[in-house]
Amino acid sequence: MDLSAIDPVLLLASLMISATPILLAAIGEMVVEKAGVLNLGVEGMMITGAICGFAIAVESGSPFPGLAAAALAGAGLSLIFAFLTQVLLSNQVATGLALTLFGLGLSALIGKPYAGVKPPPSPRLDIPFLSDMPVLGPILFRHDLMVYGSLALVVGVWAFLKYSRAGLILRAVGENHDAAHALGYRVVRIRFLAIMFGGACAGLGGAFLSLIRVPQWTEGMTAGAGWIALALVVFASWRPWRVLLGAYLFGGITVLQLNLQAAGLAIPVEYLSMSPYIVTILVLVYISARKRGSSLDAPASLGRVFHATH
Amino acid sequence: MKRRSFLTSAALALGIAGLGAGAVTAGEKVKAGFVYVGPVGDFGWTYQHDQGRQAVEAELGEQVETTFVESVPEGADAERVMTQMALGGANIIFTTSFGYMDATIKVAKKFPNVKFEHATGYKRADNVSTYSARFYEGRAVIGTIAGRMTKTNKIGYIASFPIPEVIRGINAAYIHAKKVNPDVEFKIVWVYTWFDPAKEADAATALIEQGVDVIMQHTDSPAAMTIAEAKGIMAFGQASDMSKFGPNAQLTSIIDNWAPYYVERVKAVIDGTWESQDTWHGFKEGMVQLSPYSDKVPADVQAEAEAMKQAIIDGTYHPFTGPINKQDGTSWLAEGEVADDGVLASMNFYVEGIEGEIPQ
Repeated sequence: MDLSAIDPVLLLASLMISATPILLAAIGEMVVEKAGVLNLGVEGMMITGAICGFAIAVESGSPFPGLAAAALAGAGLSLIFAFLTQVLLSNQVATGLALTLFGLGLSALIGKPYAGVKPPPSPRLDIPFLSDMPVLGPILFRHDLMVYGSLALVVGVWAFLKYSRAGLILRAVGENHDAAHALGYRVVRIRFLAIMFGGACAGLGGAFLSLIRVPQWTEGMTAGAGWIALALVVFASWRPWRVLLGAYLFGGITVLQLNLQAAGLAIPVEYLSMSPYIVTILVLVYISARKRGSSLDAPASLGRVFHATH
Repeated sequence: MKRRSFLTSAALALGIAGLGAGAVTAGEKVKAGFVYVGPVGDFGWTYQHDQGRQAVEAELGEQVETTFVESVPEGADAERVMTQMALGGANIIFTTSFGYMDATIKVAKKFPNVKFEHATGYKRADNVSTYSARFYEGRAVIGTIAGRMTKTNKIGYIASFPIPEVIRGINAAYIHAKKVNPDVEFKIVWVYTWFDPAKEADAATALIEQGVDVIMQHTDSPAAMTIAEAKGIMAFGQASDMSKFGPNAQLTSIIDNWAPYYVERVKAVIDGTWESQDTWHGFKEGMVQLSPYSDKVPADVQAEAEAMKQAIIDGTYHPFTGPINKQDGTSWLAEGEVADDGVLASMNFYVEGIEGEIPQ
């Protein structure tokens, strides 16, 4: 075993790359759930965002239109979900699952001509002095811009939910849609907007995967990241900072276990491979045990159908 | 008709259909089904199997009809997919991943008239053949190239599951890298998946960060190749030519060429000559091939690699020729002794010099 072979600076840098797709998808889904809607279609929206972002980036020769297209594609796909669940009042769980299946198929169809194509490189932050600093430079100042974008998004969502009036209304809708409706808020419209935001974030997460982390297009390349993002929202008990913590924890342990294996650590590989999931479960148990009696802060109207009868 | 009696008769009809399924009648198209573990667009393992399927269609034309189901998990789902194919009238079904082994045997029992072909497994029956390629011959050649090309003397290996085929590949590559470069060291990462581009990419990144400058993989997507290209190191493609993903990184690629075998076996069903058998072909039969060497590989190394390939084809050299010790230092093959296929097929140990343990 040679643990000195693991460079903590590089490890931290790869951790952030590895965590960003699930962070983006999870922070979006958190807003959706805060509005009282459970959208299980995250995986489908991610993979659709991955291919749409990839395709547009290749066609335009620049990653930015690609990222915008990915957000639009994710939001567009989520509109189907929003229409079915909010207007036609269909079951959210079943509709979400269908959205995932649909997204996987649709992305494979769109992606046929793009397999084996190279995407344009995405720009990295390069601040002349800061990026060259030892240790802090590679950790903090040399990432793809999207990594910072995702962090800014977490801050933005946190501030929006905590300090803005619109955030308060969104939370009210998620806690008790009947009361919010009685107060005159447009429950369905607010939920539509939240669902679209979630879709856009999932699409961006997918595009991060296909444009920056891997960077290539292969069918089914999200390989379950959307489900991890969903679990992460529960894990974080619907709080933005915990979503960030959870995503970095999960991404960090995933990257760390691969590094430990490469360094030849004498722990059975099976344990290393399952460690990200185990740690996630343990933290979840800890958080829920600590708050005895409460229901983990889940929005009270989560997953319930709203129908304005008066 | 009462609902219950309707159900019984429906079940009976299904049962009869099951028994009758698979029998080829003259003048009818032969139906060949393929079960894939990944998407056909993975540009690796499954992609190559699908190339084989397309070759069957091109070669046999009107006589045959093919279907496939992609991304089938290795578990209960596989059984369902195979059953559905058999009920749908398939005469021969190719199940193309190691993990389909038990499901194939189980479904084959239910449909005695349908022929099954299972890739890389070892369980056979009257209507189940097995086939695989001697990938280790290719691994021996790329091991030699890797040993010559590495500057850091660290070679990374992205492994999928600890099954004999994967372990055999690691051993073959290591023995030959070590032979030409005694300082060489293998860093092996098990990712426990055949296809997960993000995880494969992360594994490649982890290896590169630990000083590896040549990457070999035994997973199905070109993600590792993409990362190798981005970070400016060398890599070997797996299953398919991956030079599109790593025009500068790829030194060569092991290519699985299933097409001739698939055509031959489907033809055997058409002719009524199909029999259960075990096939294990290598360079000689063309089931294992190498893509053209990159210009980065110096001429003398290319010549060395070609010579080894030729010797394997002639039968004058076997990649597992003694003396070879097992990892714990005990003797496996004496001087000049050649490993027999039985031991190779069930290989569950590292050879001497490889560090780390095989996950159990």
